[in-house]
Amino acid sequence: MTTLTSISDTISATLAAGWSLPNMKDVIELAYMISAGLFIFSLHWMSDPKTARRGVFAGVAAMAMAVLFTWAKPDVTRHLWIIIPLALSVWPGIWLANVPLTAVPQRTALSHAFGGLAAGLVGTAKFLYWFNNEPEMLTSFRVAAIVLEVLLGYLTLTGSVIAAAKLQEVKWIPQRPWVYPGQNIVNLIAFGVAVVGGAVLIVQPTAAYAPYIFFGIVFLALNFGWMLVMPIGGADMPTVIAILNAYAGLAAVAMGFVLDNKLLIVAGALDGSSGLILSIIMCKAMNRSFSNVLFGAFGQVQAKAAGGEQKSYKPETPEDAAAMMGQAGLVVVVPGYGMAVAQAQHKVRELYDQLKKKGVDVKFAIHPVAGRMPGHMNVLLAEAEIPYTDLLEMDDINQDMPVCDVCLVLGANDVVNPAARYDKNSPIYGMPIIDADKARMVYAVKRSKNPGFAGIDNELYFLDKTRMLFGDAKAVVGELVKNLAPSASMH
Amino acid sequence: MLLPVVGRVMGALGAQAAEQAAQGADQLAGQVADTVGGAHAVQPLDFVSMLFAFMLATFIGIGVIRRVSRLLHTPLMSLTNAISAIAVVGSIMIAGGEHYPTWVRVMGACALFASMTNIISGFMITDRMLKMFHAAPEGQAK
Repeated sequence: MTTLTSISDTISATLAAGWSLPNMKDVIELAYMISAGLFIFSLHWMSDPKTARRGVFAGVAAMAMAVLFTWAKPDVTRHLWIIIPLALSVWPGIWLANVPLTAVPQRTALSHAFGGLAAGLVGTAKFLYWFNNEPEMLTSFRVAAIVLEVLLGYLTLTGSVIAAAKLQEVKWIPQRPWVYPGQNIVNLIAFGVAVVGGAVLIVQPTAAYAPYIFFGIVFLALNFGWMLVMPIGGADMPTVIAILNAYAGLAAVAMGFVLDNKLLIVAGALDGSSGLILSIIMCKAMNRSFSNVLFGAFGQVQAKAAGGEQKSYKPETPEDAAAMMGQAGLVVVVPGYGMAVAQAQHKVRELYDQLKKKGVDVKFAIHPVAGRMPGHMNVLLAEAEIPYTDLLEMDDINQDMPVCDVCLVLGANDVVNPAARYDKNSPIYGMPIIDADKARMVYAVKRSKNPGFAGIDNELYFLDKTRMLFGDAKAVVGELVKNLAPSASMH
Repeated sequence: MLLPVVGRVMGALGAQAAEQAAQGADQLAGQVADTVGGAHAVQPLDFVSMLFAFMLATFIGIGVIRRVSRLLHTPLMSLTNAISAIAVVGSIMIAGGEHYPTWVRVMGACALFASMTNIISGFMITDRMLKMFHAAPEGQAK
């Protein structure tokens, strides 16, 4: 009896010291769970523009909880190491949040790069620390997760930097796809080497040469990123950004596996599935298969040699175009990247106002891949205070196109090219398009007489009902507005 | 699992002693599980439950994201940017962790800077964009 009592006494004595520890751990786990739930709500509220801002608040609350409760962990004690980077991040964070909305695609790409960098760094630090200090932690599952984390993290880093540079149109990165013979084979071999390296590391994580293999994988991952994005042209950027979004999320998931943290897994999985869904939508909108995109073998649109016959454009003056629009019942505007480049959205709003004043119904037809990232056009038009109820998706607006009097194609090209319907040789064959050619009259605003980005002639421009308005989108729309304004009708 | 059973067998020896022993054993088992799962050796079951969480979260994510309005795909992307900056959790543990050497800390601090920048800019720009979305005023539509 006495021995039993003394044993239990000893046990309770030893436990008394650490008794608060499991409690704190439970509290933190609970906070993580609530945080994960809030993230789900945050995305749920994005389903409607009316509730969307609530989603941001939920997200902020969830993130604040995650940060504070992690910080409160008993073994997180070096507070200065947290406060300094935190303080340093405030200014760049605010700066990146206030870029012009036309620059949102490159901002997004840059933030994917940051996400990738964070995942890569944490994975590298963890691996090397465990290798040097606690090699028994390097179980095969963990090492597999670390390999995945650094692969995705560093790949996302360099890939996103290149994507951001292309979107920013910096001089040292070619806008056109950068391809060389045997590119896919080189990529495949490099990928194979990385897979073999990863496998060796999983089997022999504590071997003396393991760090060399690890750094080899890091090196390959850094190279994959730019190798995958360099061959991709600007028009395919929406898909690329969506895929990099998914990669950044999956890198966070892998980090969750490494650190044994379910909040990381859940939040990362939400991000990953968002990227996945967006890339599927983008793929469908461009009629590319998902596997085609996953392996990066896309965007290589071969410029076709110009057809034999010389077709001619039928130019039109803004005066006549404005007069036509003023008498229309329904005007559909099809915006594209050209509108973003020219920053024409505010002029478009003036056009919208003038036409509405004359009793003309104005709708906007938004193709899923218009612009340089998913939803790009919607944000630009919302910035110009055009009600979102007048921004219609492709499928909805296509039903109205036959009763549309005037269709104004504004800096869009491939998304209105009828060749996608029937020309099997066209690179965009099978891509769903906005039926601009079914409108009674088409005005196309175009910067120059050259073919569009993909180097394909657009037959829409040569139809009998099409008239061309050459010039910068902002200038042309400005002219239209001037001619529609009441003062113009005086003389 | 085994220790409480042993405790209960001991119940034959005397009610009070057995209760104490079982309690002690329960606590001991809990403590052992904590050390085993939390810090050192690895429980294979943990990984299964992590994969489980991953699978469920992916399905929830797909279900929720599919219903996101197409109007809001750009804000959605900046919001998920901010959410995937949950990597901040790992960064804090490494940058501020008690026993890490300085070089690990430096990497953690860089990761913390990167993810915190994403959090701040991601949420702020999402809200900035969402503020711009207005429905047509009643009566003016059409």
